[in-house]
Amino acid sequence: MEKYSGFGLFTHSLSCHENWQRVWRNPQPKKKYDVIIVGGGGHGLATAYYLAKVHNITNVAVVEKGYLGGGNTARNTTIVRSNYLWDESAHLYEHAMKLWEGLSQDLNYNVMFSQRGVLNLGHTLQDMRDIERRVNANRLNGIDGEVLDAKQIQELVPAMDCSANTRYPVMGASWQPRAGVARHDAVAWGYARAADALGVDLIQQCEVVDIVTEDGAAVGVETKQYGTIKADRVGCVVAGNSGVLAKMAGFRLPLESHPLQALVSEPIKPVLDTVVMSNHVHGYISQSDKGDLVIGAGIDGYNGYGQRGSYPTIEHTVQAIMELFPIFSRVRMNRQWGGIVDTCPDACPIISATPVENLFFNCGWGTGGFKATPGSGHVFAATLAQGEASKLAKPFSMFRFYDGSLIDEHGAAGVAH
Amino acid sequence: MTQKNRIQSGGRVDRARALSFKFNGKSYQGLQGDTVASALLANGVNVVARSFKYSRPRGIISAGAEEPNAVLQMGATEATQVPNVRATQQELFDGLVCNSTNGWPNVDFDVMGIAAKVGGSMLTPGFYYKTFMYPQSMWSTYEKFIRKAAGLGRSPRENDPDSYDHIHQHADVVVVGAGPAGLSAALSAARSGARVIIADEQSEFGGSLLHSRENINGEPAADWVQKAIAELATFPDVMMLPRSTVNGYHDHNFLTIHQRCADHLSDKAPQGQIRQRLHRVRAKWVVLATGAHERPLVFANNDVPGCMLASAVSTYINRYGVVPGKNLVLMTTNDHAYQTALDWADAGRKVVAIVDTRPNPEGDLVEDAKRRGLHIITGSAVIEAHGGKRVNAVSVASINENGESVTGKISRLQCDTLASSGGWSPVVHLSCHTASRPAWNDEAVGFVPGATIQNQLTAGGINASYGLGDCLKEGTAAGNEAAMNAGYDVSATAPELKVEAISEGAPMALFHVPHSRPTSRAPKQFVDFQNDVTAAGIELATREGFESIEHVKRYTAMGFGTDQGKLGNINGMAIAAKSMNKTIPETGTTVYRPNYTPVSFGAIAGRHCKELFDPKRFSAMHKWHSENGALFEDVGQWKRPWYYPKPGESMQDTLDRECKSTRESVGILDASTLGKIDIQGKDAREFLGRVYTNPWAKLAVGKCRYGLMCGEDGMVFDDGVTSCLAENHFLMTTTTGGAAHVLEWLEIYHQTEWPELEVFFNTVTDHWSTMTISGPNSRKLLSEICDDIDLDKDTFRFMDLREGTVADVPARVYRISFTGELSYEINVQANYGLYVWEKLFEHGAKYNLTPYGTETMHVLRAEKGFIIAGQDTDGSLHPYDLGMGWCVSVKKPFSFIGKRGMAREDCVKPNRKQLVGLKTKDPLTVIPEGSQAVLDPTQPIPMTMLGHVTSSYYSANLGHSIAMGLVRGGLDRMGEAVFYPQPDGSVIEAEICSPVFLDPEGERQNV
Amino acid sequence: MFHIYCPHCEDHREEEEFHASGEAHIPRPLDPQSCSDEEWGEYLYFRKNPRGLHHELWVHAVGCRKFFNITRDTVTYEIKEVYKVGEKPSVTSSEKNQ
Repeated sequence: MEKYSGFGLFTHSLSCHENWQRVWRNPQPKKKYDVIIVGGGGHGLATAYYLAKVHNITNVAVVEKGYLGGGNTARNTTIVRSNYLWDESAHLYEHAMKLWEGLSQDLNYNVMFSQRGVLNLGHTLQDMRDIERRVNANRLNGIDGEVLDAKQIQELVPAMDCSANTRYPVMGASWQPRAGVARHDAVAWGYARAADALGVDLIQQCEVVDIVTEDGAAVGVETKQYGTIKADRVGCVVAGNSGVLAKMAGFRLPLESHPLQALVSEPIKPVLDTVVMSNHVHGYISQSDKGDLVIGAGIDGYNGYGQRGSYPTIEHTVQAIMELFPIFSRVRMNRQWGGIVDTCPDACPIISATPVENLFFNCGWGTGGFKATPGSGHVFAATLAQGEASKLAKPFSMFRFYDGSLIDEHGAAGVAH
Repeated sequence: MTQKNRIQSGGRVDRARALSFKFNGKSYQGLQGDTVASALLANGVNVVARSFKYSRPRGIISAGAEEPNAVLQMGATEATQVPNVRATQQELFDGLVCNSTNGWPNVDFDVMGIAAKVGGSMLTPGFYYKTFMYPQSMWSTYEKFIRKAAGLGRSPRENDPDSYDHIHQHADVVVVGAGPAGLSAALSAARSGARVIIADEQSEFGGSLLHSRENINGEPAADWVQKAIAELATFPDVMMLPRSTVNGYHDHNFLTIHQRCADHLSDKAPQGQIRQRLHRVRAKWVVLATGAHERPLVFANNDVPGCMLASAVSTYINRYGVVPGKNLVLMTTNDHAYQTALDWADAGRKVVAIVDTRPNPEGDLVEDAKRRGLHIITGSAVIEAHGGKRVNAVSVASINENGESVTGKISRLQCDTLASSGGWSPVVHLSCHTASRPAWNDEAVGFVPGATIQNQLTAGGINASYGLGDCLKEGTAAGNEAAMNAGYDVSATAPELKVEAISEGAPMALFHVPHSRPTSRAPKQFVDFQNDVTAAGIELATREGFESIEHVKRYTAMGFGTDQGKLGNINGMAIAAKSMNKTIPETGTTVYRPNYTPVSFGAIAGRHCKELFDPKRFSAMHKWHSENGALFEDVGQWKRPWYYPKPGESMQDTLDRECKSTRESVGILDASTLGKIDIQGKDAREFLGRVYTNPWAKLAVGKCRYGLMCGEDGMVFDDGVTSCLAENHFLMTTTTGGAAHVLEWLEIYHQTEWPELEVFFNTVTDHWSTMTISGPNSRKLLSEICDDIDLDKDTFRFMDLREGTVADVPARVYRISFTGELSYEINVQANYGLYVWEKLFEHGAKYNLTPYGTETMHVLRAEKGFIIAGQDTDGSLHPYDLGMGWCVSVKKPFSFIGKRGMAREDCVKPNRKQLVGLKTKDPLTVIPEGSQAVLDPTQPIPMTMLGHVTSSYYSANLGHSIAMGLVRGGLDRMGEAVFYPQPDGSVIEAEICSPVFLDPEGERQNV
Repeated sequence: MFHIYCPHCEDHREEEEFHASGEAHIPRPLDPQSCSDEEWGEYLYFRKNPRGLHHELWVHAVGCRKFFNITRDTVTYEIKEVYKVGEKPSVTSSEKNQ
């Protein structure tokens, strides 16, 4: 793999950038792999990378029906944080956070992880009790965080209206300084490039139409473009379409696919230096390095695979942002879009073995997938390598929905599910 | 008059009405009817911006929504700043103030521009992914500089003084665009009697006809436009919306139209007017007549000011009376653009040459140009523009037939304006908003709308039908069809419109003009001006392996600007396709998303912000609470009194006083906000038994009972007291915040699971005012204003209800208690609430009747160990976890909701988190709510947490702190110590105890 | 934004008046106590979640408060039919496992 650096850029500029290496190959699939990962989004690519890097399993293919990083990786609002309530999820997301902190160097690809801090606002007394509870839990779990009052928040975010004049005045917030944002596309590309360099085959435009099983165990995938590709183990990381893949394998998952929308403003000069999220008024916002205000909404209430939701959701989100930031009234919304999120009843993911032997699923991240990308890939790689759930993955079995050991993180989701 | 480029006559500007405006601090004059862009061009302003990455000088390139360069900061005051105003769309008004957004110290002399000339060669697409990585800690520093350089305009720092409206509309036919196709569609639909809305983004209807030199029925096209508008105005059900952009086309034919009501008058709406309005329209049928955007050609240094779209040059001449230069070179791949050269010549300026990329152009306009003696160079292209802040010459060379290489000698032509036309791209954006993919049309060299499930028709330029006759014909047909589909009779025929046909030769498909040097070594050839995306950048992206068009877009940032790639995307896709040896349809397009052009957040929010962001709900006694100093707490949408501080009191002082007065004499709480659901029907009782965990079969008329509600998962989600008013009539109370959810939950079970049960639910929350008097003197107080209910302790017993009058007002009185005191809850019709409340105070003065709010209520109930659903529960606790197994009836024959759920494996395992009382070792220390319990405070992080404190207070009545909290296996750990580590490093020690701190026998209420 | 016909009000109304309430036709087991944890979990949490035709329950929340069913394509968002609770859909997918 060609090493990227400022000096490299300079040398290539002397040859008018005509000699850059390809970021990844475009291989024909082999007949058989040790592991096939279905889904070339951030999570799938991270899984492939860690399989190769940590577990030395390099005979790996990632099959992707579209283009790499084209699903929710390309559509999220890029927030990264680990201040989750319950031990199980806090440990998983904090594991991801630690990986984020060295990711650009590890991948030799600048994913622009910007630790500008995340505020989760509280607007009611109960919000504040929940915030205190979560920050205390975070602290004892080794996750940075503190509770700020309205005055401290106003200093951090001068653009926000922290006065008592709003419908739901800001009472306080949790503040995680290590949290922030990252450049979403770069995460997929960085993992793809690094995985490719370790020998992983990235096969784009390759749609899985069936899971091939023998005696109740998965032995490969049937693809539209390349027929059967065999594998000892198959891992599905196909956020949004997990239910469709599970159906191919003959079982159901405890999740539903919903539209999740987001929007951006036109690019403006820096005006917001942190990430601000409010569960109560239902909206979150940050400013990208390009200058766009990146704004997230809650999910739409109906099932949908259309990568678009309903207009009132956008409207309510903008109203929430106007409530928090009245000065943005004259800034203009440039573009909206949608992704498909699979939402679990407890707002926590599934990283799990399935009723089909050698078939594993990593799904159900709901609105919180991007921030977990490195951690998700890391623990799923361990799971696929061992053939059973790794320690951090164990609580996230799909079978928790039978025995009732749910991990209810609704309160920790940025917006209400 | 310094408008050196303004011609003496022609155009739609009013030369008698001069307007002053400021650009970059300098004063200029324009005319009524100008856009900022046309006024700047009239004044000979060349440089309006500096580009984002390379800081290159940029000028106005287009005359419409596709403008990528002339994006300005507008606003005369801080509060009325508007970032990123497109000069080509902003109408000029007197006193307008605008500025360039980038460039330091100014756009004409920019330091960054010099730096970029040196370092620019390193700024390839995605360069930032390849560097700034080491050391890791430096990224935040790099980022600061990157952020500063990025962005265009700036947000105002003060609140917007203007208002925005929403309006909801229903239409039979919505016509988008009021050019020839749109106007004729609207006319034919309107004539059928259909309800029509026609919207156009421009200040006046007419579209291309406003600058066209063609005739309709032998009259100038603009005259026909006036007649069409006049006729449309005669129909009562036709709404004409100029300055209104249909920016989103959503599912089931829902459209949003962004109308700019006052932006053409001032940067602040005149007194009493709104600035912008958002129309939310449901249309039976939609006719898209959105026209087409001209594509510029991509050649070396094609961003030097003076390089413009051919059609834009024509627009400036014919509509605004502005010739944006002296000497024109026109480069075209098609006949249509010849009109620009003709217009230029007609304006009396010099056409240096027409450079046609086709070897043998032929067509009416070509013949016209020949007749006029214009110099036409065929089979050639402008391969490079020269000049710094303005074009001063261009290099022309012959090219081969497919436009891939330069074949001849390069000659240089002196000029100051280079108009280019690479053909037209239909404006398919709206047709793609609901996931329809556009289809490539080889003949038209453009994407046209693809199949859709929307009730949508298209007419004119969007179909790549560019002849005026075709536009009118298609418009008429589409209007008729839409009206017919919407149920109107369209049999009446309108006279046909006669237009002189213009024969046109075939256009050439050329997206990237070759250079004598390879793309990577040629001067920059811009594709997306706003993001400085070049042809070389796109080729580099594909060479590096970014082969999906979405990858190309994301890697190069092509199309991410405020113009959303209207100008450059098709060229970019074609360049990407070619560099991968694919066809354009194989490569495909990126997805078009709303908005078509940007929309103010204010307009999207409408009036639904500030006070009106969410409704406020007040009890009937709210006025009294305010007047008596209450502070309020938001609970759901309700404003509930939180506590009533007296002057000089701290919050704790107030709570101590309120708590003590209540337990010592009598306190009063406004409980009106609790949800109330009236339940009637012969199966009401059976229904209650199914949705509550405890038994309801034997509850007698006139009695009340507390109940817990669980989900099917067995977890508690709401609670409250339900009373039996008659054999088939119950009143259920819920938590304040949970009322709506509970009602819907009851309904879903009734309607979908047990429709055979005869039961009816109705919300009566707002019908009643509820006041709870609590404390040893409550009976005495009540007896003073209630003489028709026997209040005797053995007659009107705990958990009884009685009907009678209180202060002569019909009332339901419940003897229930959330404080553990003798307590009566008085319910009267809501509009008598304040009266009865005041009567109670009239009589209560001698008992020191003390109003208390939610905070004291919390303390008093916690002294008794009563839970608050939502505070002491979090959706993960079943009744046994709460120590409320007494409230679960396993004997009920029906498997009530929650019963099966709470028996699942995880729910019956030992060591679950359970709700217990907590007594601090230091009785004065109040454990902060949310503190997490550990057994070993010295354990290193991560520590093992047992649960958190859910409720915690100082109890003035008990003289020590009290708390409730969850502790793993807590119910079996009575007397054990737990520790609560605090953020400041201290640790609070507490002992696990019963949550009932006061009067465990319940004697206080039994009096 | 959807335009939904309420079969009780017999009128088309905007989506904002309605709430989606998930998959339709999931009867509560008649004897929950005889269900295994797995069966109860299936009832509570496991859904078809189809990509394509979906029979789903909606409520006219700020209208008549009545529940009813919709058959809708989850990809195109086209509403194929609306029918009352207790009735059977007439538009069904030919695929198995639906």
